[in-house]
Amino acid sequence: MKNEANKRWDGRRRWLRYALIAPYLWLLLFFLAPFIIILKISFADPVVALPPFTPLIDWVESGLDRIKFTLDNYAFLFQDRYYAIIYLSSIKMAGIGTFFCLLLGYPMAYYIARQPQARRNFLLLGVILPFWISFLLRVYAWIGLLSSQGVINNTLLGIGIIDKPLTLIYNDFAVYLGIVYSYLPFMILPLYANLERLDLDLHDAAADLGAHRWQVFFDVTLPLSLPGIVAGCLLVFIPAMGEFIIPALLGGSDTLMIGRALWDEFFINRDWPVASAVSVVLLLILVVPMMWFQRTQAQQSGEEQ
Amino acid sequence: MSENEFSATPWLDPAAKPIVQISNLTKQYDDATAVDNIDLNIYAGELFAILGGSGSGKTTLLRMLAGFERPTAGRILIDGADMTSVAPYERPVNMMFQSYALFPHMNVKQNVAYGLRKDRVPATQIKERVQAMLDMVKLSALANRKPHRLSGGERQRVALARALVKRPKLLLLDEPLAALDKKLREHTQFELMNLQDELGITFIVVTHDQEEAMTLSTRIAVMNDGRFEQVGTPGEVYEYPANRFIADFVGTINLLEAKVIDSHSGRVRLQCDQAKTELVAEFPGQPASDRQHWVAVRPEKIFIDKEPPSADDRTVLKGVVLDLGYFGNLSLYRVQLAGGLVLQVSAQNRRRSAVRTLEWDDEVYISWDIASAILLSE
Repeated sequence: MKNEANKRWDGRRRWLRYALIAPYLWLLLFFLAPFIIILKISFADPVVALPPFTPLIDWVESGLDRIKFTLDNYAFLFQDRYYAIIYLSSIKMAGIGTFFCLLLGYPMAYYIARQPQARRNFLLLGVILPFWISFLLRVYAWIGLLSSQGVINNTLLGIGIIDKPLTLIYNDFAVYLGIVYSYLPFMILPLYANLERLDLDLHDAAADLGAHRWQVFFDVTLPLSLPGIVAGCLLVFIPAMGEFIIPALLGGSDTLMIGRALWDEFFINRDWPVASAVSVVLLLILVVPMMWFQRTQAQQSGEEQ
Repeated sequence: MSENEFSATPWLDPAAKPIVQISNLTKQYDDATAVDNIDLNIYAGELFAILGGSGSGKTTLLRMLAGFERPTAGRILIDGADMTSVAPYERPVNMMFQSYALFPHMNVKQNVAYGLRKDRVPATQIKERVQAMLDMVKLSALANRKPHRLSGGERQRVALARALVKRPKLLLLDEPLAALDKKLREHTQFELMNLQDELGITFIVVTHDQEEAMTLSTRIAVMNDGRFEQVGTPGEVYEYPANRFIADFVGTINLLEAKVIDSHSGRVRLQCDQAKTELVAEFPGQPASDRQHWVAVRPEKIFIDKEPPSADDRTVLKGVVLDLGYFGNLSLYRVQLAGGLVLQVSAQNRRRSAVRTLEWDDEVYISWDIASAILLSE
């Protein structure tokens, strides 16, 4: 009887061990392997051939011929001011987009977290609902709204508020709009998860001790929701930083974002090694805040125990 | 502190001015009345307990005193000033929460200092007062700890210090001892009483634990369905319960259903069908003969023995020991009467003896002084 149970338990444990491998396998296949390929290409020279880069290692019949390894592509990124400008511009655009997401998302998350349970689920469904339609389609839809012949301009012209169409699209404004629209749920959800757990007694206690409404917010709610703010900001900032579709569809010719630069480098210049170097540097820029986030999270959970 | 001398029973003094005056207070929610037209005066220096089960409205009452809930009707005066619609942060009232509600991102010192900081007390004064408060609750050594690194008892003391440091006129305590284990609870109970005595601040304690209410308080209000069933000293509530609910809720009591036969000179004769006997109880005035009555006797008022007692003026019944429980200091018996009714009897174990004098299935006589029996109606 006991042996039976033990055997069953062992079986389950073995199964569990396999299940635990899955995420690592996933990361290996879809993150690490592609990254190594990109890293490899970034150390190569471009050639007009197929594939359009030199191999890192030359093999001849007798064995290893030579290892060709160049840092020229990285040197090029640092020499050409264009890349510095484009990285900084991306950081700026993703940063401002994230800021507005936070500004909009925080009150929304707070409001939802304070509703009765049934209403909360309904509102959360509303936040996630846009995901049911393809991201690409939703960004396309904004063209129909924003263009000079679009819904907004036509309506305003029709009512007579304006007498010539506003330039709402193909500029930085449209890109910010796109980022905020697309990534708002990524801000709201972690913030909601944090604010929903907040002990309301703490609000009462602060008020009882003499804090006015805004003081309660700044003394208690805000500091305690910091982990949610950090999580939300990273979840918006990181994908917004490398965003390609939004600047490509809504941005102007002067909208500088790294995603577009990557695309141009890969498919217009066909300089795969430089393009790879651009993406490796992008990854490094993003990994730093990620690691910081991981550390603060670990500290937080350590404190709660 | 001799300046905080209060009369021991200010509620009996018609000239005494109450510090808290609650009149016609009602709180109505969409579908329920949580507090139903309550009147209450509480006097300076009292340790007043509001005792009730869950859903009795006691917490709503406390939250109205703190200012977290607006009354639907009625008024609350604190030290003569109308507080009915004053915001919590402007009331001379502080509260200790059942969850303690310590700010997890602040250390002990910061938690205690918070209320003073909000009042813009000068920094040097804050430092002094926080230090004095921490000394008082013996937490100085832990001043820089965050709440998650404190034990339950320590958290309770931080919460108390944080609420007391502002020297409120009124301290509200929501189930102050519920989260502590038994030993610590007993100890803290007396600490709380001493602290209250020392500071002279009026305490209102909300609790569901009748033992806590009895030991702590000067007076108890027993609350049920949004109303006070009885307001009185612990002794009054225990020995002279106003009705069946109180008798049942506070302490343990034996209830014998009975019908009034007649009454003269403060004594009522009743017929108890459950025990197949006549009972006598003291009752001032004339009990309604058409209503259902109960003769109520506390277990410790009942005397149990194998021999019939000889004293006069006692109600004597015969029964069989159904169950007995030995608690060291006392023994509990469940005695079945001839009619099938089971009464609880508790007896002090006064003599040291490892041998039981009464055993299961022993035939016994139980008896009580007629003056110990209470006559209750619905």
